Amino acid sequence: MEEKNKEKKSAAARYFAQLRVDTGQTWRRMKASRGLYLFLLPFMLVFTAFYVLPVIISIFYSFTYYNILEPPRWIGLQNYINLFLADDVFLTAVKNTFLIAVITGPVGYLASFVFAWLINELPRSIRAIAVTVFYAPSISGQVYLIWGILFSGDSYGYINALLMDLGITDKAIKWLTDPDYMMPVLIIVILWMSLGTGFLAFIAGLQSLDKSQIEAGYVDGIRNRWQELWYIVLPNMKPMLLFGAVMAITQSFGVADVTMALAGFPSTDYAARTVVTHLYDYGTVRFDMGYASAIATVLFFTMILCNKLIQKLLRGVGKGGDYSGGRRKK
Amino acid sequence: MAGGRNKKLGRSLGGNIVVYGILILFGAFMLMPMVYAVNSAFKPLDELFVFPPRFFVQNPTLDNFSDLETIMGQSWVPFSRYLLNTVLITVVGTAGCVIVTSMAAFVLAKFRFPGSRAIFRIVTTALMFSGYVTQIPNYLIIARLGWIDTYLAMIVPAFGMPMGLFLTKQYMENVPDVLIEAARIDGANLWQIFWRVIMPNTRPAWLTVTILSVQALWNSKAIQYIYSEDLKTLPYALQQILGGGVSRTGVGSAVTVIMMIVPVVTFILSQRQITETMASSGIKE
Repeated sequence: MEEKNKEKKSAAARYFAQLRVDTGQTWRRMKASRGLYLFLLPFMLVFTAFYVLPVIISIFYSFTYYNILEPPRWIGLQNYINLFLADDVFLTAVKNTFLIAVITGPVGYLASFVFAWLINELPRSIRAIAVTVFYAPSISGQVYLIWGILFSGDSYGYINALLMDLGITDKAIKWLTDPDYMMPVLIIVILWMSLGTGFLAFIAGLQSLDKSQIEAGYVDGIRNRWQELWYIVLPNMKPMLLFGAVMAITQSFGVADVTMALAGFPSTDYAARTVVTHLYDYGTVRFDMGYASAIATVLFFTMILCNKLIQKLLRGVGKGGDYSGGRRKK
Repeated sequence: MAGGRNKKLGRSLGGNIVVYGILILFGAFMLMPMVYAVNSAFKPLDELFVFPPRFFVQNPTLDNFSDLETIMGQSWVPFSRYLLNTVLITVVGTAGCVIVTSMAAFVLAKFRFPGSRAIFRIVTTALMFSGYVTQIPNYLIIARLGWIDTYLAMIVPAFGMPMGLFLTKQYMENVPDVLIEAARIDGANLWQIFWRVIMPNTRPAWLTVTILSVQALWNSKAIQYIYSEDLKTLPYALQQILGGGVSRTGVGSAVTVIMMIVPVVTFILSQRQITETMASSGIKE
């Protein structure tokens, strides 16, 4: 019994001794790599100040009442309770955000891949032009405001004029002020500009596929481009598909600029309010920073959670064909 | 196959027709607002408000662009001032971003030291939430730093771009260690290795960071940080012009065209490099 105890103790002692040695080594290694830390310093300063700290501050303020003029007052979970139990508008915002995310996330993601793949089928000479055409909406700033003119609610709006000309409707539809039409129109516009960084990653991934592997596939009995897509291209694109998914999720939950610019702020019956719009409202109009921080915190954890979940899911899916292309190293 | 060696394997004519058909159809949809903006920017007044509305311009004119100076001439500061501000924050912010981000990416890609993995993991996490989450605390931090109503508020936050670090680090891992070793034997210090070996060999990566940064800064409104009219930016001016209502449609289109030219042209010029960088963008397991 005693012996056993001794043995146990010594094991623990050994462990701690090891730990001490290890920290000593860590410290020495850190000192040796001083120059490296110096290289990281500028980035880490900015990153800490504008990414890490804000998240921490947000979480802290979400438990307080804070209106900037008075010092924050601790109110525990009250903001969260109000948010989920008393704030109808927030629930509308959550509903709209999820509707937008559930549609534009997957559709935008799929569209990014499908168009990247179709463009990759083109001859090299026109490929560059096609990439620019499809990528342009997401980089040309506020061009989406043009949709406001095209979907204008009077008979001067192009879509209305067209529909009336064709005799489909006899009076102008208020696309961006009628709650029944707002969401579909906004979703179209958001999809229009959803071919972003993920799309570029897909284009790049497809162009760097190992050609000899594809040729080998044809020798092994692959007959057409659809089989090639399924058996060779997709398994090899997994890292890009993961990256694209992260981009798509982050983008689809952060929708606000488009809805605010096109459907107005506040929109009719809050029919186009998103979580970010709600956050913006409390943060910059009502100056209830504690409440706004609670919204931001909820959004933050939702985004991270969704990302982790989808990544896990995608990793599982590709498991069957997990052989690596020649280009990618382990 | 009849196509010969240069043709891709397994492509049928029918399939090609489908591919081209889909791309042309959706390509037209993608381009429509841009084409409309360009057309409207050159429309004379009577064509802008013709009924039923007409999509294409018939007698192109430069009136809208010259009106721009006139309209903004009546406001507090001239139009050129907004343009200058946007150019300034874009150039300085991008230069800083490329250097700061590449330096960090270099040590994370090429060295193992305590904390290096953890730092990279934290930075990658930042890709998973959008900037809206941090908007309010960012304001408080910038206020605490005393940067409200200065260029610093618009420029410095751009220096740390998680996406840029992620892409550059992945790309830099492909630079052969032999190059670094050779430079070290020649007596180069860390900075010299970075500046003379790494940077010249990773042009596609930092060009990509340049493009991403230019896109973000060129479109930056930063209204919440800036009160002085003479520090405000071009996207803000665009919003003001369009706020003038339907009568400003032509001028608004002219500004829209100016706004979209820069990101689109920079993308066209550097597309090949960007694609090369993005090829190593994947999230490895």
